[in-house]
Amino acid sequence: MSIIVKTMVCLIAVPVTVFGLYVVSHGHLTPGGGFPGGTVIATLVALMLVAFGKGAGGKLGGRGFLSSLESIGLFLFAFVAFLGMGSTFFGNFLANTGGIFGDPVAFGSNPGNVNTGGVIPFMNLAVGLEVFAALSLIILIMFTHSKEDTP
Amino acid sequence: MIRSVKAASLIILLALLLLSMMTMRPFGVPADTSMDDYFISNSQQEISSNNVVTAVLFDYRGLDTLGEASILFAAATGVFLVFRRSLSGKR
Amino acid sequence: MISLHFLFVIVLVVLGLSAVVFKRNMIKIVMGLNVIAGGVNLFLISMGYRQGAVAPIFTNAPDLLMVLPTPQALTLTAIVINLTVTALMLSFIIMLYKHYRSLDSFKRRLLG
Repeated sequence: MSIIVKTMVCLIAVPVTVFGLYVVSHGHLTPGGGFPGGTVIATLVALMLVAFGKGAGGKLGGRGFLSSLESIGLFLFAFVAFLGMGSTFFGNFLANTGGIFGDPVAFGSNPGNVNTGGVIPFMNLAVGLEVFAALSLIILIMFTHSKEDTP
Repeated sequence: MIRSVKAASLIILLALLLLSMMTMRPFGVPADTSMDDYFISNSQQEISSNNVVTAVLFDYRGLDTLGEASILFAAATGVFLVFRRSLSGKR
Repeated sequence: MISLHFLFVIVLVVLGLSAVVFKRNMIKIVMGLNVIAGGVNLFLISMGYRQGAVAPIFTNAPDLLMVLPTPQALTLTAIVINLTVTALMLSFIIMLYKHYRSLDSFKRRLLG
């Protein structure tokens, strides 16, 4: 691609990543969560592939790295779910305990406190990691393949 | 011949859907809201999450989300599998 | 009585189905399936709407009358599943194009 596209992708790379991380980490307070945040970060991979060509895939760590990130995300999600087995599967064992992410919330409209939510921020992080890795993997594989021998 | 059969069945489907629109509930009046009212009024005390959708997604209906994440994993694995020949270089 | 949201759902679903039934290009069939999925998502969301309510998020909420959260969570699930199924279908189409050099779903070798 031309120099304009490359420069613009480099310019918006950091804001897009920060916005995606914001959406993931504030999933229990604002609209968003793991799925939209992971998708926002994965759009950056698509942009970089379009701008820099196939070589950007290797710089991102390649298929093996993304595949292991995806497995780690799914494993973390199920692991956090299993940690709540004391009450039920997917039991929220951190909520209202006063520890990490454990502040209690009163009913009604409030300005929001990041230190709430119990296990939901951890699950958001795990799902965001998995969605980012899976979408990047799909985009990367389809892109590198379709570039191969199109007539 | 086949094309007209397809068109006729589509028109029949359209007529049935339009017929069911006549008995549709009015917009903005949900049928039974007891479960969702419980979620709205209790998610802040039980889950301590301001976002009720996230509380439903990750706690009350967590198994749904686990299945969804598994489907995403399986789809990525499937794309990997479909392209495995051309990715490994021998074709 | 005409309910406008359901009319839009009907239009989307029938348009998508007609694309699936009448088109021969496989990418257009996938597009039709996506249009059907949009109609279904619109149906789910509109079933959960409550008159004059706000989104079910308590952070700086102007009102405590809220729309139903469960259809929204299910719609999020449906969107992600639709995305993955679309990716899988498109990769199958790429492989079929590599083998048959054609996107026509009525081709003799694909039908057989």
